[in-house]
Amino acid sequence: MFCLLAETSFHNLQELRHNASLANKVFIQRDYSEGTTCKFQTKFPSELESRIERTLFEDTVKTLNNYYTEAEKIGGQSYLEGCLACATAYLIFLCMETRYEKVLKKIAKYIQEQNEKIYAPRGLLITDPIERGMRVIEISIYEDRGSSGCSSGSSSVSSSTAR
Amino acid sequence: MHLGVSESMRECEYSQISTRSSTPMETPFKKKIPKKRKWESFPGRNKFYCDGRIMMAKQTGVFYLTLVLILVTCGLFFTFDCPFLAEHLTPVIPVVGGVLFVFVLGTLLRTSFSDPGVLPRATPDEAADLERQIDVANGSTGYRPPPRTKEVVINGQTVKLKYCFTCKIFRPPRASHCSLCDNCVERFDHHCPWVGNCVGRRNYRFFYMFILSLSFLTIFIFAFVITHIILRSSHRGGFLNALKDSPASVLEVVVCFFSVWSIVGLSGFHTYLISSNQTTNEDIKGSWSSKRGKDNYNPYSHGNIVTNCCAALCGPLPPSLIDRRGFVYLDTPQLAPPTNGITVYGSTQSQQSHMAAATPLLQQQSSEPVIITASPENGGALPSRTSLGLGGPCTSLPLGQPTPATSTASLSCQESTDMLPVHAHAHSHNHSRPLQDQVAHHHFLTPEDLPSPPGMLPCNTPLGHSHTVQAGFYNPASQDSLHEDSVRGLVKLSSV
Repeated sequence: MFCLLAETSFHNLQELRHNASLANKVFIQRDYSEGTTCKFQTKFPSELESRIERTLFEDTVKTLNNYYTEAEKIGGQSYLEGCLACATAYLIFLCMETRYEKVLKKIAKYIQEQNEKIYAPRGLLITDPIERGMRVIEISIYEDRGSSGCSSGSSSVSSSTAR
Repeated sequence: MHLGVSESMRECEYSQISTRSSTPMETPFKKKIPKKRKWESFPGRNKFYCDGRIMMAKQTGVFYLTLVLILVTCGLFFTFDCPFLAEHLTPVIPVVGGVLFVFVLGTLLRTSFSDPGVLPRATPDEAADLERQIDVANGSTGYRPPPRTKEVVINGQTVKLKYCFTCKIFRPPRASHCSLCDNCVERFDHHCPWVGNCVGRRNYRFFYMFILSLSFLTIFIFAFVITHIILRSSHRGGFLNALKDSPASVLEVVVCFFSVWSIVGLSGFHTYLISSNQTTNEDIKGSWSSKRGKDNYNPYSHGNIVTNCCAALCGPLPPSLIDRRGFVYLDTPQLAPPTNGITVYGSTQSQQSHMAAATPLLQQQSSEPVIITASPENGGALPSRTSLGLGGPCTSLPLGQPTPATSTASLSCQESTDMLPVHAHAHSHNHSRPLQDQVAHHHFLTPEDLPSPPGMLPCNTPLGHSHTVQAGFYNPASQDSLHEDSVRGLVKLSSV
């Protein structure tokens, strides 16, 4: 059980790292049923059953999937960008970002926000899929040091200060 | 002290997560170590230039041949044929020729130098997780199980996803492992020696534009050199005289004649592939051929030619997944399977407490053999294929080593044996190999070789002690080294 301080959610994340240690990692794999477009499975992993509500998890994954669909959408805007880039010999990307990169930044912000508000208070941490080559969403499960039976002396010190 | 360090380490980790393209970590010690970039410890067989901006295959000889052929032929054309043609026909000819030439060169360089869509290898945790799932599915047996496959249904077609033993991932559909570059590449088309790179998702459009514009250029040069010879022979009265006047034209004609057949043919082939949204790989294997079965169709095709072409050429360009120019630094602590050397860590932990990430529960080790770094301050000298390196609190130890090479007693963490890179760094050892093992041992047993860095006072004794401790359990408890490393904040088993 984590000591949730009355401060900002950012502090929750600090607390998480301060007091917790990594217990397990869950990997949400890609869903290829619609082809090679980036989409993650929304199946709720059993390891998270006791940690987070199913709906919250599914919401996160579905929102991420929507972001990726938006990034990879082929339509008017992407054609325009492609043609403009070709016409300028791709030099235009020296001064402007591709749409994909813009969406990736939005995703990074979203993940950070989700971590702070929802996952860190539950002792979980989502790693941005781009850091894992878009293969998986890695969710790290942390456990409070005091509650897990570790043999190291330093950890018990940390858990006592946390309380 | 232990906690403070752990917090700052996690802080570094936090800032890494917060933005994708984060600047090198804001650690108070960042200036003291020479930061390594991820391309320096890239596991594939690629060559990198311009500090990671340019990425090519290992064999680039044929690429230089391509470049020479294009430059020489165009050079001769502009020098010997264009003045005559501009004068007697129209000056538009050299202008169009110039534009085509620039376009060809631009697309060639773009194809050759960019990342084709390389998939980074799995982190040890991912690999372990996958292995567990596969074992559960297969039932563990004594021998190596048959090639692992996973079936998915994509738009009604059943597609088999193969497991890549090198990259330890299930390859996404249309991805393939290039044996020349030793990478899995997304939407792998083929490895083109002429271009010196793989052709995949990220550079296929440039490749296509290259061969298309090159075919126009060769036809253009061929046509106008012939025109030049004919005009000159009518002016000078004699075919042979004309050839004597402009000997370079002969060379150009020969080169262009042979090029036209191959390049134009290739362009036509790739136009067909684009319009049916197939890769060369799929076409050669006949994956979507109707000969395989009545119901066999291409599940990736958008249905009509125009959409397929537009999607291939004007679709969004995904960013590179391998982050070549990112800096190597600490990542999240590793999960590791249970070890038998837990008691040994107690002593090293207390000594390294001011440096390492606080992961006291990290008593498990990964399934990958790992080598301990004896000198944790050697932040800049951890090459490993999975971009292990120091960062954050570990940089507090000033670097005494002048060079990160074999002279130091540092070993780098690295993944399993089968992933030993071809371009292994001098000080990147795989302790499962006896020869290197001995080298590692040698390094360990001579801690005095380590130059004593100034200001490293609190570390000197612990280091000396840790050396002997590590040397003690180096062989049998080799798997514990991952824990050791992570405790000392040295392991970053990232996706690269």
